[in-house]
Amino acid sequence: MEKIAIVGVGNTKIGEWYENSLRGLTDIAITKALESANIEPKEIESSFIGSMSPGIFNQQEHISALIGPHSGVGAPALRVESACASGSQAMRVAMMAINAGYYDTALVVGVEKMTDLIDIGDVTTALGTASDGEWELGVGATFPALFALMMRAHMHKYGSTLEEFASVAVKNHDNGSLNPDAQFRKKVSMETVMNSRIIADPIRLFDCSPVSDGAAAIILTKESLAKKYTDDPVYITGTGAGTDHIALHQRPDITTMESAKRAVKTAFDMAKIKIKDVDFIEVHDCFTIAEVITLEDVGFCKKGQGGKFSLDGETALNSTISVNPSGGLKAKGHPVGATGIYQVIEVFHQLRNEAGKRQVKKNDIGVTHNIGGSGATCVVNVFSRGD
Amino acid sequence: MSHSKEVGIVGYGVYIPRFRIKVEEIARIWGQPGEVVSKALGVEEKSIPDMDEDTITISVEAARNALKMAEILPDDIEAVYVGSESHPYAVKPTATIVSEAIGAAPITTAADLEFACKAGTAGVQMCMGLVKSKSINAGLAIGADCSQGRPGDALEYTASAGACALVIGNHNLIASIDHTESFTTDTPDFWRREGATYPSHGGRFTGEPAYFKHVTRAAENIMYNTNTTPDDYEYVVFHEPNSKFPLATAKKLGFSKEKVMPSLAVKWIGNTYSASSMIGLAATLDVAKAGDKILMISYGSGSGSDAFTITVREGIAERRKNIPTVQDYIDNKQYLDYSFYTKHRGKIKM
Repeated sequence: MEKIAIVGVGNTKIGEWYENSLRGLTDIAITKALESANIEPKEIESSFIGSMSPGIFNQQEHISALIGPHSGVGAPALRVESACASGSQAMRVAMMAINAGYYDTALVVGVEKMTDLIDIGDVTTALGTASDGEWELGVGATFPALFALMMRAHMHKYGSTLEEFASVAVKNHDNGSLNPDAQFRKKVSMETVMNSRIIADPIRLFDCSPVSDGAAAIILTKESLAKKYTDDPVYITGTGAGTDHIALHQRPDITTMESAKRAVKTAFDMAKIKIKDVDFIEVHDCFTIAEVITLEDVGFCKKGQGGKFSLDGETALNSTISVNPSGGLKAKGHPVGATGIYQVIEVFHQLRNEAGKRQVKKNDIGVTHNIGGSGATCVVNVFSRGD
Repeated sequence: MSHSKEVGIVGYGVYIPRFRIKVEEIARIWGQPGEVVSKALGVEEKSIPDMDEDTITISVEAARNALKMAEILPDDIEAVYVGSESHPYAVKPTATIVSEAIGAAPITTAADLEFACKAGTAGVQMCMGLVKSKSINAGLAIGADCSQGRPGDALEYTASAGACALVIGNHNLIASIDHTESFTTDTPDFWRREGATYPSHGGRFTGEPAYFKHVTRAAENIMYNTNTTPDDYEYVVFHEPNSKFPLATAKKLGFSKEKVMPSLAVKWIGNTYSASSMIGLAATLDVAKAGDKILMISYGSGSGSDAFTITVREGIAERRKNIPTVQDYIDNKQYLDYSFYTKHRGKIKM
C-alpha cells in the first residue's frame, strides 16, 4: 500500500460567518487549497465532503453536488457523515479510494455552517441527533448533559476536580490566542472558567467548545506523485478508526472511549510508532472532560490521571506533550463536520514549521484524534514529513 | 409659515415609571448567576410600568414635560408622531390619544411609527422635514415603549418602560440639530409577528451584524459627511440596549468613556426600546452646557440607525429647571419582586 501525501491545504477562519454561506465558505477553503498545492481544478479526480448536518443547519442536503462545481472542481463527489468525526472519516474514505487504485488525487473538504439556525436550542437539538435518538436526545439528553454524566463519573471514580478540567480550557485558550484562524483569541483565567455559568452540572460554560462556522480543505495524492505539487508534502503514515455503542448506557465504562483505544492501536501499529514517539497531538476537546479522557485513552498518562496531568502543565505548548497547539475545539472553534480537517491542517503546518507563534519545537510526528457523538466514533491519524 | 432656516430641539421631556426590578431578582427565578448577568450587561435594574400605565400614558407624561420646557402652547404643536413597538392597539393610533390628552388636537397631523427601537428618532426626522420645508413651526416626536420580554428569555433582564418627547421647531431652540442621516438595511435580527405576545430574536446575531454594524457605519458616515472627528464632540449618545454595546461602540469609534457615560441611563432603568437613545440624549442635555456638540446614533432592529449632530444653545440651563431630570426619575423608585412584576406586566393569565 502506497503512503498518501497531503500536498495542499486551505481553510477559512473559524467564527460566526453571518455574511457568508455554506458554499461561500467552502469556496474560500477549496480555492486556497488548490492554490497551496499549485494544482488545476481539472486535475482533481474525486471529492469527499465531511459534514455533519447541513440538512438541519442550513436546509441543504446533497452538498456533494453543491460544493465542488461551485468552486470549479467537477470531479465525482461524495458526502461522508459520522457526526463530529465526519471530516476525518471523509479523509479516510479518500485514502481508501486512492489506495484501491480508483484515483490518484482527491479533494477532501470539511464544512459546517452552524449559525444559520436562529435559536441556540435548535443548534443543540441538531447536534443531539448524533446521540441515540430514542434513548438519549429523545428523552432530553443533550450533548452537554451526556458529557456531564461522563465528567461526574470521572470525578466520582478518580477524584478528578473542577480545577483540573478548567486547566484544559485555560491551556487551550492560551494556545488559541496565538492562532490567527481561531474563533477565540483571548486568554482566560482559572477563575473565569470555574466561575462561568453552569450548563449541565458539573460542566460550566467554559468547559464547552463554541458553535462555529468554518470550512477546511486538503488535497491528497499518492506518495509517488506528491513532489509534483510541493517540495514539502506531509504523509499520513497511519490511520485508524473505532466504533462503539452510540448510547452511553450501553458502554461498560463511560470514563473511557473504547473507539479511541482501537483507533489509536490501529493507527500507531500502521505507522509503526509508540506513544513516546508522538511529538504533538490535536485532540477532540468538545468539552474539557473529552480532552482529559483522551489523554488517558491515548496513553500519555495513567487512567484517571488526565486532569492532574493537565493541571500540572504537562500538556502545554512545548511541555511534555503539546496537546492542541491550535487552541483545540475550545478556542479555535468547532464547526463540527470540518473539525477533523482543521486538525489535519494544523498538523500539516506544524510539521512544516509554518505555525508561527504556536510552533511546536519537537515536530517530527503529529497525531490527530477526532470523535463523533459522545465517543461512539473515533478516528486517529499519524503524520510525518518525508525526510 | 416659517421663515427660519434652522431646526432643532425646542424642549425635551422624559417619563420613567417608578417601579423597578433588579436583574438579580429576575436571574434568581431562572437559576442564573445574577451578579454575573448584571455585570455582563452593565444593567443593575429595569423600570416597570404600573398596572394602569401603557405606551400612551407614558407618552403623555413625557410630552407634557417637553411642552413645559419648550414653553410652547399645545395649540402650536402641528405634528405628533409616536414611535413605539408596543402601541396598545394594533389598529387605532396612539398619536391621536396623545394629541387630545396634551391639547394639540385637532389642528395637527398625527401618526404612529414602528421601527423597533428607533421609531422615535424616525419621528424626529419627520418633524425636521416638516419644519425645514416650512410646512409647520413645531412638531412633537415621541419615543415610548412598555417593552415585552418573554419570561426566561435574555431580553427579560432589560426590556423596560420609558418615554421621551422632543419638541422639534425653528425658534427658541435649546439645541440645534445641524445634520441628520441614516443607515438602513434588511437585517432580520429581532421581530414580532402579528398576534405574537413576545418578540423573537437572533441571539448573538443581534450583535455584530446588526447593532454594531449599523451604529458604527451611521456614526462613521455622518462624521465623514460633516467633516468631524470624535474630538469635535463633547458627548456621544448611542442606542443603549445594555451598557456593554454603547461602551464597546464608543471605544471602537475613538470616543472616550467619559463622553458616553452621561447618557447611560440603561444601567438603572434598562432598555426602554424606542425611548432608549432619546432618554440617553435627554440625560446628556441635562448636564450639557451651551456650545457643546453631541453626536447621537439610534438603532432599530430590522435594521437601521439614525444619526444626528446637535449643538447645545444658550438658555438650556434656565429652561431645564422647568422639568424633572432623567436622574430625578431614576432616583424616584420602588422595587418589586418577580411575582409583582408578573402582575404589573400582565403575565398572569386568568
